[in-house]
Amino acid sequence: MDVQELRKEFTQLDEKVYGKPLVYLDNAATSLRPRGVVSKWVELSERYSANIHRAVHHISSIATEEYEHARETVAAYLNVSPGEVVFTSGTTASVNLAAFSFGEAFVGEGDEIIVSESEHHSDLVPWQMMCERKRAVLKVLEVDEEGRLRIDELGSMISRRTKLVCVTHVSNVLGLVNPIKAIAEICHSHGCRLLVDGAQGAVHGHPDLKDLDCDFYAFSGHKMYAAPGTGVLYGKKELLDAMPPYMGGGEMVGSVKWSGTTYAPVPLKFEAGTQNFAGAPTMVPAIRMLELMEDAEIERNIDEITAYLLEELPKIPGLRLYGIPGEAYGQDFRKIPLFSFSVEHCHHEDLALILDKMGIALRSGQMCAEPLMDRFGVTGMLRASFAPYNTMEETGYFLSSLKKAIKMLEA
Amino acid sequence: MKTLKERQDELVEEFSMFDDWLDKYEYLIDLGKNLEPFPEELKTDDRLIKGCQSRVWLDAEAKDGAIVFRADSDAIITKGIISMLISVYSGRRAEEIAGDDFSFVDRLGLKENLSPTRANGLVSMLETIRNIAQNNR
Ligand SMILES: Cc1ncc(COP(=O)(O)O)c(C=O)c1O
Repeated sequence: MDVQELRKEFTQLDEKVYGKPLVYLDNAATSLRPRGVVSKWVELSERYSANIHRAVHHISSIATEEYEHARETVAAYLNVSPGEVVFTSGTTASVNLAAFSFGEAFVGEGDEIIVSESEHHSDLVPWQMMCERKRAVLKVLEVDEEGRLRIDELGSMISRRTKLVCVTHVSNVLGLVNPIKAIAEICHSHGCRLLVDGAQGAVHGHPDLKDLDCDFYAFSGHKMYAAPGTGVLYGKKELLDAMPPYMGGGEMVGSVKWSGTTYAPVPLKFEAGTQNFAGAPTMVPAIRMLELMEDAEIERNIDEITAYLLEELPKIPGLRLYGIPGEAYGQDFRKIPLFSFSVEHCHHEDLALILDKMGIALRSGQMCAEPLMDRFGVTGMLRASFAPYNTMEETGYFLSSLKKAIKMLEA
Repeated sequence: MKTLKERQDELVEEFSMFDDWLDKYEYLIDLGKNLEPFPEELKTDDRLIKGCQSRVWLDAEAKDGAIVFRADSDAIITKGIISMLISVYSGRRAEEIAGDDFSFVDRLGLKENLSPTRANGLVSMLETIRNIAQNNR
């Protein structure tokens, strides 16, 4: 399949901004949605709007089937069982659920949680909140100058009080793929659990959670081509079973009496209230799209873009790239097509503003990772994040526009 | 000294001469670069304008019945914008500033062309100037 063919599936790529063709390089914030996802969404809204799991009527059973079929599809894609897939509204909701319920079940005063320095606020603040509530201690696993996670330090950081380690599969700032399998081995051999923020990792590469062996994996639908307001928390069955519910409400119950309530089995125990029944089923066409992208030609295109930018960006005077791929601590840190950088004497916001007027959408600021900004001593960065539908031509245009913008600011 | 209205009209006209947004940015960048240097010791948290993505400091000093504004920002386009506002309001009496409806900014067409965070920043800048004027009346 060639990229031009793939681009036809994403209608937003034809948009113009300020009369210029849109060059969408903010895919890490949210991806675009392919026709298949949009039409599934519309179909469910137009034809199969009914509350799921509740009524016996025909339309409700179709909607329920669509929803549960999505759960099965997600489970098969991740190589786990459907009973381990909890639908949420996104990564943030998934991590908050995990933080609350895991905290209630397993964390007490003086216990420890380890998070990495490169976490998105969504995989950081919920742990701070939980540690405060439980009087537990939050410890930080650092990254080095290259942005590589210091997994050599992890083993000695884990104590008998450590209950959980939380790391991102791929940082939304650094774009390096963390060696999750190795991290899981370290955690498990030291008797603690591992939660992985898969918001970026679920999009670039096809995670096999049985193989990675993490205990939790959280991600968002909207970054992997599905509808916004959809997401997943995967958790190992025995853990989910042992954790109390996060929210109480309709659908998550077995029986409700004044004398007390019993809960539905997982995953429904964690899905209180009316769920996103039009959104969750779009995970099915979204996963089809991800599988379609596992294509030699498509992969070659995006690999070429990555290699080209890794070569060209550092040549720009004053530019510093964060997250350098390579070998460290016995692991290979691969780079996804996500490039955060700063340019000396140019404020990231100025660059983003000028590039916007050139038709290029990218991200500037702290990128919800303030501790990481502090780590590198910057108030913010600029980030260009690519998807398989981006072309080499767009990449060239981005580079020349960036150089032009830098000139404008320097002149 | 030009009246407030004259200065605003002049700016709106200057700004309307550029039909390309990149040219408008060039103009703002120029303004930013030519803004008089801001003393480092004035870069305090209480002079920071809240609601901007970049850092903007605004200093106000009462002098001979007028308010003299000075400002700085670590982003140059923002610096250009605050420089423009200073060129309109600095050196005027508090009553005159507080009595302005600040609508010339809409005529510049700036707000809708700045990213939401930036537009928020612009709104915050105007509010800060207005508050200072009101408190100095
Ligand atoms: C690594 C990472 N974690 C968490 C999130 C939060 O995702 P969401 O806002 O979809 O809940 C994001 C996206 O912003 C992310 O990139």
